[in-house]
Amino acid sequence: MTIGHTLLGLLEEAGPRHGYDLKRAFDQRFGHDRPLHYGQVYSTMSRLLKNGLVEVDGIEAGGGPERKRYAITDAGITDVAGWLTTPEKPEPYLSSTLYTKVVLALLTGRDAAELLDTQRAEHLRLMRELTKRKRSGELADQLICDHALFHLEADLRWLELTTARLDKLAAEVRA
Amino acid sequence: MTTSLLTATGLRKIYSGTPALDGADFAIRAGETVAVMGPSGSGKSTLLHCLAGIVPPDEGTITYEGRELSAMSDGERSALRRSRFGFVFQFGQLVPELTCVENVALPLRLTGLGRREAERAARPWLERLEVDDVAHHRPGEISGGQGQRVAVARALATTPRVIFADEPTGALDSLNGERVMELLTAAARETSAAVVLVTHEARVAAYADREIVVRDGRTRSLEPAS
Ligand SMILES: Nc1ncnc2c1ncn2[C@@H]1O[C@H](COP(=O)(O)OP(=O)(O)O)[C@@H](O)[C@H]1O
Ligand SMILES: [Mg+2]
Repeated sequence: MTIGHTLLGLLEEAGPRHGYDLKRAFDQRFGHDRPLHYGQVYSTMSRLLKNGLVEVDGIEAGGGPERKRYAITDAGITDVAGWLTTPEKPEPYLSSTLYTKVVLALLTGRDAAELLDTQRAEHLRLMRELTKRKRSGELADQLICDHALFHLEADLRWLELTTARLDKLAAEVRA
Repeated sequence: MTTSLLTATGLRKIYSGTPALDGADFAIRAGETVAVMGPSGSGKSTLLHCLAGIVPPDEGTITYEGRELSAMSDGERSALRRSRFGFVFQFGQLVPELTCVENVALPLRLTGLGRREAERAARPWLERLEVDDVAHHRPGEISGGQGQRVAVARALATTPRVIFADEPTGALDSLNGERVMELLTAAARETSAAVVLVTHEARVAAYADREIVVRDGRTRSLEPAS
């Protein structure tokens, strides 16, 4: 799930944090049009805690969930790495997930170019499948495939452009 | 693993101090279609020209059926190009003074066929590419899509083992571009010709069996050759 992985990645980058710091970091980087609710943050963090991907690093006096400070575990780091290296299922309107992955890869010092290329290969694989299906299909089927193909092509152009601008983005993200 | 028909390793090509190719590798098997993608200026056309023996690389080797291109004489290389390779470029590059059927017959005549024979052999290719009706028109009298199909027919007429296509749909709208790609890849499949397909368009590349990406003169294969 994207929010869980994003919070984990932010936690990996910044070191132990409170939930409200994570929400702030998330909103600042990724939440321009959709800031997180505190409730989302705490339910996500307790799920991550249950799954052993984060641990409680300290609790401040006063109690309550908002007082917990979280740290990422080794399992959590592996989980982020797995998410970043696994391409998304190609489908229209992926851009926000892909953008999040690229930024997190840069923030955590991983290979963002590799991530983009892996995704690119996955997109083209699906485009080849749709092209094959289009060849043998009827017009209605062809039109449905074409719709998907044009959207995937747009995604792929975005992947190209982002690859070309990766150095610049890295400088901005780390600034 | 089946052996490759055409292989290149460690290609470098420098133009006035700037590398157009900077360590490019390539391999294609008989009957396979490989898309060469990458941003404009990344070295795609230079790679194609080297592979086809049109331009010699400064470094690296290219072998066709186990023979190194650089070890061949100029005459042997152009004979190879005439008999084993076919070419399609972005703008058909048909001879404007000749009719379409004469254009398609031209490479056959260069291999030694007489005029009448060559034109008779050219006709089925015009039919195959659905441009038989403009056989006696000159390139200036037909549409861009028709011209590109005539160019594909010309490339196929000698039943080459490798077709080099450099942005073959670059000057066409999507509908015409797709038709050209369908006809080109279908004909290549039937004749077991390999296709080196240079394109920057993903929808065109999707007609290939796999892709390689060229960036700053270096090739990158994103998937294993299956
Ligand atoms: N004949 C040439 N003379 C000088 N420079 C060239 C020549 N051919 C290509 N180049 C340069 O080599 C680089 C790669 O060009 P090219 O192979 O045509 O790229 P692409 O086909 O990917 O757009 C470019 O910078 C281009 O300007
Ligand atoms: Mg070019």
